[in-house]
Amino acid sequence: MPAKLKFDQVKVGDEIPAFVVEGVTRADFVRYAGASGDFVPLHYDQTFVEAAGIPTVFAQGMFTAGLLSKALTDYVGVGQVRKFKVRFATRVWPGDTVTCRGKVTNKTERNGEKIIEGELEVVNQKGEPAIKGSFAAACA
Amino acid sequence: MAEQSIVGKTGKPFRFPIEWSKVREFARAIKDPNPLYFDPELAKKECGGIPVPVTFLQAAAFWQDEQSSPGMGGFDLRRILHGEQEFEFFKPILVGDVLTGVARVADLFEKEGGRGGKMRFLVVETEYTNQKGEKVAIARSTLIETGQAVKAS
Repeated sequence: MPAKLKFDQVKVGDEIPAFVVEGVTRADFVRYAGASGDFVPLHYDQTFVEAAGIPTVFAQGMFTAGLLSKALTDYVGVGQVRKFKVRFATRVWPGDTVTCRGKVTNKTERNGEKIIEGELEVVNQKGEPAIKGSFAAACA
Repeated sequence: MAEQSIVGKTGKPFRFPIEWSKVREFARAIKDPNPLYFDPELAKKECGGIPVPVTFLQAAAFWQDEQSSPGMGGFDLRRILHGEQEFEFFKPILVGDVLTGVARVADLFEKEGGRGGKMRFLVVETEYTNQKGEKVAIARSTLIETGQAVKAS
């Protein structure tokens, strides 16, 4: 698997380049529903959500987590992730702009691999956290 | 705490074949144009096969039938939230692999909610092995039952 990072070149405090998605759409949620099999109606059925007292459909947490994982694999390389953890906070609504980012907080060795660990987050256009997370990834 | 007895309970093993069409559809859905998901020749050269996105195993969760679920702890489905999700990876997962997943109730606990009413937490761990019998990944989901019906925040 291709490691993109050399362990010796990574410093604690290094930032993962941000992945910004401007204006997520209902179509994004529907596409994710089809791809993942997550057909919980809260994410595409306007009639259903209104009946539940919610103004409009909102993103699957794992859709947003998927965007965040893309920021991470662009940085560390596909196949390098050893741990990926997300905690869901505020919801992501149609039209929101989300910024996926993170930073390296620790370097260590585990199971014979050179590992970097760090924090992850997704924030909306108001700076509110949609996801707080953490990761571990192997380096070359 | 009769419900505590479900901790440790496992579901029936289920299979999850890793297929290219599904992998690239998933990659597109998370807006990831990485050619490793779309170009089999490149992926073979770089990874030994087409790899999967980090959160791809989430798709497996929706292919489990009822018997594969270790139970929902009697949670009210109208008051349930996906609180946390975690993946740990031990070996590569590539297109062509056939994974077997076993879901297990890892924990069940309560906390006082902020606006009155108890919140209950259910942690389900699903361990995936490949066709060679190697443990490749663990997916850990934390579901929260809120004290009152889920409303707009």
